[in-house]
Amino acid sequence: MLEITNLNVYYGAIHALKGISLKVEEGEIVTLIGANGAGKSTCLKTISGLLRPKSGDMVFDGKSIKDVPAHKIVEMGIAHIPEGRRMFSNMTVLENLEMGAYTRNDRKGILEDMEKVFKRFPRLLERKHQLAGTLSGGEQQMLSIGRGLMVRPKLLMLDEPSMGLAPLLVREIFDIIKEINKAGTTILLVEQNAHMALSIAQRAYVLETGSITLEGSAKDLRQNPHVKKAYLGE
Amino acid sequence: MSNASARSSFAAGFLRTFIAPAVILAILYQAIVAAFGKNDYYMYVLTLSCMNVILATSLNLINGFTGQFSLGHAGFMAVGAYLAGSLTKFTHWPFVPALVVGAIGASLAGVLVGLPTLRLRGDYLAIATLGFGEIIRMLIIASDQIGLKFLEGPRGVMGITKYTSFGWAYLLAGISVWVLTNFIWSTHGRACVSVREDEVAAEAMGVNTTRYKVMAFCIGAGFAGLAGGLHAHFLQLLHPSSYDFLKSVDYLVMVVVGGMGSLTGCAVAAVFLTVFNEVLRRALELRMLIYAICLVIIMLTRPQGLLGGKEISLGAFKYLVPSYGRSRAGSGERGLT
Repeated sequence: MLEITNLNVYYGAIHALKGISLKVEEGEIVTLIGANGAGKSTCLKTISGLLRPKSGDMVFDGKSIKDVPAHKIVEMGIAHIPEGRRMFSNMTVLENLEMGAYTRNDRKGILEDMEKVFKRFPRLLERKHQLAGTLSGGEQQMLSIGRGLMVRPKLLMLDEPSMGLAPLLVREIFDIIKEINKAGTTILLVEQNAHMALSIAQRAYVLETGSITLEGSAKDLRQNPHVKKAYLGE
Repeated sequence: MSNASARSSFAAGFLRTFIAPAVILAILYQAIVAAFGKNDYYMYVLTLSCMNVILATSLNLINGFTGQFSLGHAGFMAVGAYLAGSLTKFTHWPFVPALVVGAIGASLAGVLVGLPTLRLRGDYLAIATLGFGEIIRMLIIASDQIGLKFLEGPRGVMGITKYTSFGWAYLLAGISVWVLTNFIWSTHGRACVSVREDEVAAEAMGVNTTRYKVMAFCIGAGFAGLAGGLHAHFLQLLHPSSYDFLKSVDYLVMVVVGGMGSLTGCAVAAVFLTVFNEVLRRALELRMLIYAICLVIIMLTRPQGLLGGKEISLGAFKYLVPSYGRSRAGSGERGLT
């Protein structure tokens, strides 16, 4: 579904992604784990068009998206849930969800998806007229995911959905990610919480200072001594 | 939305933007006339207020709704004023087409500023737009040297026909507010607000942020140009000093006092500050001092502006006027129910 080959991204003189290649197949949950500054978020931002690669190629559904502007990439079916939730804080919950469906015109489909989001996150329904900025951290993360789902994406990319949440909420969010995947959405997940990420993903890549150092099935990586030591703290 | 409710909401929009303010202004005017006697000067102040309403609301689209800090509004106004003024004076165009051309010219200038300065934000954008406003003014002052002798450079052009009456100013202010309101409550307006709220998230949701920033500048500048045209045919004079940087600041003050992101708020603030400024003329030298102190007090007590991001609506009267009243909370559902 998504194939990245030899991608190089720079921030000015800093070489942030050093020729990484990765692949996401339809229906999978793939996770990208790594430490702070390894380039995980950079990778997602490049895929969604917020950053431009210097070289390399990205192919989504058979089409190159290397030179496609960010707003067109959303229309192609890639939703990016950026790090730190990034609510439209002065808009209500409902308005935030409507913004998620910004690229769509199918009224009926939008209403259906909104129902689904409210079913998945009943808390959002209770607060649908509340300003997004006044929600708690967990609720904001739910809204952020809900807003991403309103794109009705083929590929959903989540950047650190566990950030700043209580362990119980993290579990809840990850269960929801799993459910979303079961309902047919392919997921590319970036996480620092390697333990949780590896427990729901089928395949994983380990990113270290801009290069992919390990890849394989999530099960294998969990047994890998290096991953155990560096990311699972065992 | 069914046809019938579309029509009634159109009627409500008309009531809201044209009739309700007219009633309020008429009552105020009558009260003032009753208290101090009839005077042409009151009409002058009201006409000026209408022009300031256009300028403040259009600046609010750029600054308050789209979150792009512009300090060049007087520059756009100057483009509209000089274009419309020259057209009626030198080529004897009628008033309305001249105004329209002035507005279009200013909105092209808006695109011109919007495009290269898009990468800038916050104070950097403010400085760039400020620079633009000054460039326009300097070009006008230097018009002698750049082959536009008829603009008379720093001396200004006199003898423009007085076309602008209170009626024209009021009508155009109403139209401006109406167009801006509809724009802001449309998909495009929502996209502009999302750019203000979080540019990265907006981009990630598929909003073409570049397009909406340029669009805000284009529309905002167009209305500023329209107000400029009105202004030129009101003072009957084109002079570069009418459009200096301090004018841009005046309009910014109206937006900030009224509330960034509140059209009705800044419209009320525009009228209030214009009238207040005139009332203070009796205080002579102390005028600007009192004015400034009042602004400081307003900002200390209402830092979000008089209305913050909220709108005044006639919602309170909705039981008197059937099919009227749209609350902020209900608006989100408008597109869905």
